[in-house]
Amino acid sequence: MGILEVKNVGKRFGGLQALSNVELSVKENTCHAIIGPNGAGKSTLLNCFVGKLMPDTGSVMFDGQSVLGRTPYEINQMGISRVFQTPEIFGDLNVLENMMIPIFAKRDGAFRMHAFENMLDEREVVEKAEHMLEEMGMADARNDHAASMSRGNKRRLEIAMCLSQEPRLLLLDEPTAGMARADTNNTIDLLKQIKEERDITIAIIEHDMHVVFSLADRITVLAQGTPLVEDDPENIKGHPKVREAYLGETQAV
Amino acid sequence: MLGLNKKDTLLFWIVAGMALLAPFLLNPFPEGSSLAQMFNAGYPDLMQRFVIFGILVIGFNILFGLTGYLSFGHAAFLGIGSYSAVWMFKLVGMNVIPAILLAMIVSGIFALLIGYVSLRRSGIYFSILTLAIAQMCYNMAYSVLGNPASNFNLTNGETGLQLSLDDARVLGESVTADGALPVTNFFGLAMRSSYQMDVGGWLFTFNVGYYLSAIIMLISFYVSIRIFRSPFGMMLRAVKSNQQRMNYTGLNTRPYILAAFVISGIYAGLAGGLLSSMDPLAGAERMHWTASGEIVIMAILGGVGTLIGPVLGAGFNEYFKNILSKINDQVLHDWLAFMPDGIENAMVGFLHYFVGKGWHLTLGIMFMLVIIFLPGGLVEGGQRIANKFGRKKNSDETKQTPAE
Amino acid sequence: MDAIILQILNGLDKGSAYALIALGLTLIFGTLGVVNFAHGALFMIGAFCAVTLKKLLTLSYFVEDPTKTDFLGKPLKVATPYVQSWFGESAGAAMIDWAVPLAILFSIPVMIGIGFIMERGLIKHFYKRPHADQILVTFGLAIVLQELIKTFYGANPIPTPAPEVFRGSFDFGVMLGFDPNAIIYPYWRMVYFAFSAVIIGAVFAFLQFTTFGMVVRAGMADRETVGLLGINIDKRFTIMFGIAAAVAGMAGVMYAPINSPNYHMGMDFLVLSFVVVVVGGMGSLPGAVLAGFMLGILEAFASMNQIKAIIPGIDQIIIYLVAIIIILTRPRGLMGKKGVMEE
Repeated sequence: MGILEVKNVGKRFGGLQALSNVELSVKENTCHAIIGPNGAGKSTLLNCFVGKLMPDTGSVMFDGQSVLGRTPYEINQMGISRVFQTPEIFGDLNVLENMMIPIFAKRDGAFRMHAFENMLDEREVVEKAEHMLEEMGMADARNDHAASMSRGNKRRLEIAMCLSQEPRLLLLDEPTAGMARADTNNTIDLLKQIKEERDITIAIIEHDMHVVFSLADRITVLAQGTPLVEDDPENIKGHPKVREAYLGETQAV
Repeated sequence: MLGLNKKDTLLFWIVAGMALLAPFLLNPFPEGSSLAQMFNAGYPDLMQRFVIFGILVIGFNILFGLTGYLSFGHAAFLGIGSYSAVWMFKLVGMNVIPAILLAMIVSGIFALLIGYVSLRRSGIYFSILTLAIAQMCYNMAYSVLGNPASNFNLTNGETGLQLSLDDARVLGESVTADGALPVTNFFGLAMRSSYQMDVGGWLFTFNVGYYLSAIIMLISFYVSIRIFRSPFGMMLRAVKSNQQRMNYTGLNTRPYILAAFVISGIYAGLAGGLLSSMDPLAGAERMHWTASGEIVIMAILGGVGTLIGPVLGAGFNEYFKNILSKINDQVLHDWLAFMPDGIENAMVGFLHYFVGKGWHLTLGIMFMLVIIFLPGGLVEGGQRIANKFGRKKNSDETKQTPAE
Repeated sequence: MDAIILQILNGLDKGSAYALIALGLTLIFGTLGVVNFAHGALFMIGAFCAVTLKKLLTLSYFVEDPTKTDFLGKPLKVATPYVQSWFGESAGAAMIDWAVPLAILFSIPVMIGIGFIMERGLIKHFYKRPHADQILVTFGLAIVLQELIKTFYGANPIPTPAPEVFRGSFDFGVMLGFDPNAIIYPYWRMVYFAFSAVIIGAVFAFLQFTTFGMVVRAGMADRETVGLLGINIDKRFTIMFGIAAAVAGMAGVMYAPINSPNYHMGMDFLVLSFVVVVVGGMGSLPGAVLAGFMLGILEAFASMNQIKAIIPGIDQIIIYLVAIIIILTRPRGLMGKKGVMEE
């Protein structure tokens, strides 16, 4: 049994069958990559995990509980954190505040009327946030305006925010899309480090083969809305079906 | 002090000082001088308006400043608070405290209902929904709930709700011994009673109603600082910044916004209750949507999302409304007497449109200029000036206007 | 049956005004993405175009008539409008009588001009600012425009009658085969309805059948792509703003005989027009027109005495009530498209 079990998921948008018969099992403490050409349905699938989309058929179980029909915040409270394709952070707040919000969410739940609690008394949260920033090498930036950071740093902050919640499953949606090579490599190193140092399950959607093969323990190839093959990275590289469907275009790998 | 950091404590004391010394600060010119007639603002009713509208805008700022949700119907809560308070005076007694409490409770309940409905949508739809609901309240207060002929006359329509000699007032007296209406009071201290102090040519008036309002304003201001600095306040700013990220961080945004909406509704109800406490009369025009617009204007003038902005904006708006409406052609002629006659007459003819009855126009233009050039309002203006002179003290902006 | 038709007719004139204002609001919103709180002011300025033209046409010179005396025994001064001396007495009198319809010709250039100035001078700078700022600056502009009108025309309503032939009412019921006096309807309201139908038809035809309209429609659907095609969409949008202003202005001109223009009539109509736009569906032109007429007619029905006897005051709140229900049940309005203003 994997921590995330996807069974027979199908989703149709009007005349387009975006997903059909998707079966997927993400094992605990592994990094599972979902790859596939453009329009294969990767993002649609991810949106089914986090409560943004409701699949027409099938089930998505996280740790034995269905996530379907739940809102994004409920799913997050179950232990799934999501990193977006374009970094989603609180641009108007400073970096430290950005870090504190997920820690509050983890501690206090989806809503708490803490209007009269004083920030000065929240030492514990502040320390935790500062510690996390230090770990991510962003301690110097703690008072910076989040919106003014570079894209790479925004990504780093977003990942740090997700990690601070100690999620059981981290979902990454093309985390290096639109990044310069140096930023991409930094992000790969960061993710590798996270993988090694923490007990965390990662599911990653990625376009960039370099990223996928640097990180993944297990790969599912999606084509036209259905899983083509699921295997270890070495086997995927040589798989004829995959070559045909996908790698044919990117021989450079 | 009181759980505030150093900067906020200083800010609080500055505001407290200005509010408590307002009868001096607002009367800088000797009684009877021409400057006094124009610029003195130390009259009880005007000072009361400064602080009461201050409360209103402080509350509005908790919603609009922190969450970015622009309510265009906040005057509804002001009106609801006013009516509730007057009913308390009619039915129970003339002490203002129960009246103010009822005003807060009733407007809070309305805010909960209206907020629940309006917050089903966001952005521009939210603004229009609040506008529509408030306008509906106004129409109802004006017509069906205010029909003097019906048994269910809650608002007394066009005339407005007022006290009468045959009101019940179970805890007080319907009529005073000399056959007049009893006056609103704070445990016996009449709201309209004043102490006047004559110092040289100056006359300072200390009014009970003003000081009660000012103290309530300071409490409201303190509460607003605490909210701004609380984790809850940070969540509200996060709502403004990125709701998507909030949802995916495990936070349910709607109760946060609804809580902010209700808090600001209670503030507005409190302001309405105070208005009625100063003058026990409540009319539907307080709920008209242009009144809601004026709340927005005051908030913008001062500086949205800042602590001191609402207080500044309310004071500025009321102060200039007062001055502008007092200026007439004769005053203009006096001021411009140094010019050659032809130019003087032309100038007076031109300025005539902007003063006296034309003050709406001036404030409208000022409001537009602020939005276009100074979206951060007076606070941003103060900061720009402070930066220009290389001074970094944040309290400088409080010196921008003579009114608090 | 006749009562129902009467209420529908009664709803048509207000409905027409709502539809015309809402149409302009939707055009501006759909093309420029701006929520224009000053649109009611444009309607009001239109009505004052009628007032102004009437004033201009009745500008008179005075001649002493020695044969008559006033009550002080001095020779009476007889006022003769200049137009009567220029165009002959009967033609001049006719022009004064027809001032309101003539004002349409006068209002079109005025309103397009005002629209251009507003868009180029002010609103253009707010495209990249938050929606709240756009609302606020146009709200400020609405206050300024309304106060300017108040400064020059005073605070009282100015009666501006329709041409002689259209004053009074006719028995519409007889024409439809009902009993006499069942449906009495004022001529001018009929004219107003026909006029708005023509304007609405013209706007739709313009958008549907001209290349210009096609580009604008494409721009409403997807501004970026149209921009990428090398079409100067901004210029066209400016022109659309002028057209929307003209539509609001003409709606105001023709409304002058129904309700004597006053400086705050724009604000009064604006709130309801917003409700109409939201009910119709933000960004949907047919939705705006449909909702305009629908709400106008609903309002007329709600003001029937039989209905008011059951639910007192319903006429005052029916529009808002319907709007709230519709927004809550159909968040996109009656005919709204997906993705318009959804944050």
